[in-house]
Amino acid sequence: MKRYLPFVIVALVALATIGSGAMLYRAKRPHVLSIPENKILSAKGDAESPHIRGNPDAPVTLEEYGDFQCPPCGMFSAFLGQLEKEYDSRLRVVFRNFPLTMHEHAREAALAAEAAGLQGRFWEMHDVLYREQETWSKAPNVRELFESYAGTIGLDVDKFKKDMDGEQVKARVEADRQRGQSLGIQLTPTLFINNQPLDPKDKNPEGIRAEINAALQKKSQT
Amino acid sequence: MTVSRFRTIIYIVAAIVSLAGLADATYLSVQALTGETLGCGGSPDCFRVLGSPYARIGGIPVALFGLLAYFSAFSFATFAAFGYARARIFLIPTIGAMFLGTLWLLYVQAFLLHAYCRYCLFSAATTFLLAGLVIALPPGRDRAVS
Repeated sequence: MKRYLPFVIVALVALATIGSGAMLYRAKRPHVLSIPENKILSAKGDAESPHIRGNPDAPVTLEEYGDFQCPPCGMFSAFLGQLEKEYDSRLRVVFRNFPLTMHEHAREAALAAEAAGLQGRFWEMHDVLYREQETWSKAPNVRELFESYAGTIGLDVDKFKKDMDGEQVKARVEADRQRGQSLGIQLTPTLFINNQPLDPKDKNPEGIRAEINAALQKKSQT
Repeated sequence: MTVSRFRTIIYIVAAIVSLAGLADATYLSVQALTGETLGCGGSPDCFRVLGSPYARIGGIPVALFGLLAYFSAFSFATFAAFGYARARIFLIPTIGAMFLGTLWLLYVQAFLLHAYCRYCLFSAATTFLLAGLVIALPPGRDRAVS
């Protein structure tokens, strides 16, 4: 009996490892829903629409739920610029705020971007925030930095300051966040391509291009 | 305490330590497979390490290699504790390879990424402990199981 006991122990540990790994995988796997029909973005923007960049009639929409203080979102932002150049009029990009509580300045950065959006410069502020992420993420005086960015991109800084504290931008950020929560979003960046959530494992240049190309092909067949 | 008994205790401790490493590697493997290492919102601070190109070898998460290594170390230590003499022959090079791999990963974190992941540091600690246990093994042949 003793001769076979180590085999039994090793086999039990192997089973326990596989079992616990499978349970953990099921628990941790993101359960992000597809964007439901009544929430699909229309081709043309309206007053309540999110921030869209690119051809409004593009066949493929890439929608991002992002956090300005999230390093992977920062990396994705750099790649997004390449994607927009590659796909040009075939791709439009949508950004929605999803600031995570684990990031100290994320909400404030989202408010800054929305305040810039009220002066028609959302995407400029979006780009600056991601480009300077390393700097402001660690700074104690983020508000001053955001105000300097506002000046750099040509905003009325006094209006920007006032808007950052206003209810409109807070409501906008909160609306995006609640929408993301209703879709089961927990991580950032979470991406949707033509309303279908991108598998987190495909959140790399090759995976994203493959999904965009597949969406383009599907659109051309319909 | 006889040398043989001391050796058995070392093997048992090594098996237990390997289990701790196995649990850690399993968790990291699941994180890598679910894509959690590629985003924020899961475990904080670890993205810079677990989301870096160094976290994969040929597209396979390093954590999976670690899982395999810890399971192997646990298996060999368990068999060695029960007197299977050949298990020690496999245990020592396995832990040796894990030690060298750990040194490389620590170098990557300290000097290339300038960032640390707590789970990786825990794994490093368990590997160092395993290496220490192997060094503490008295020389000589294990009694073969009858």
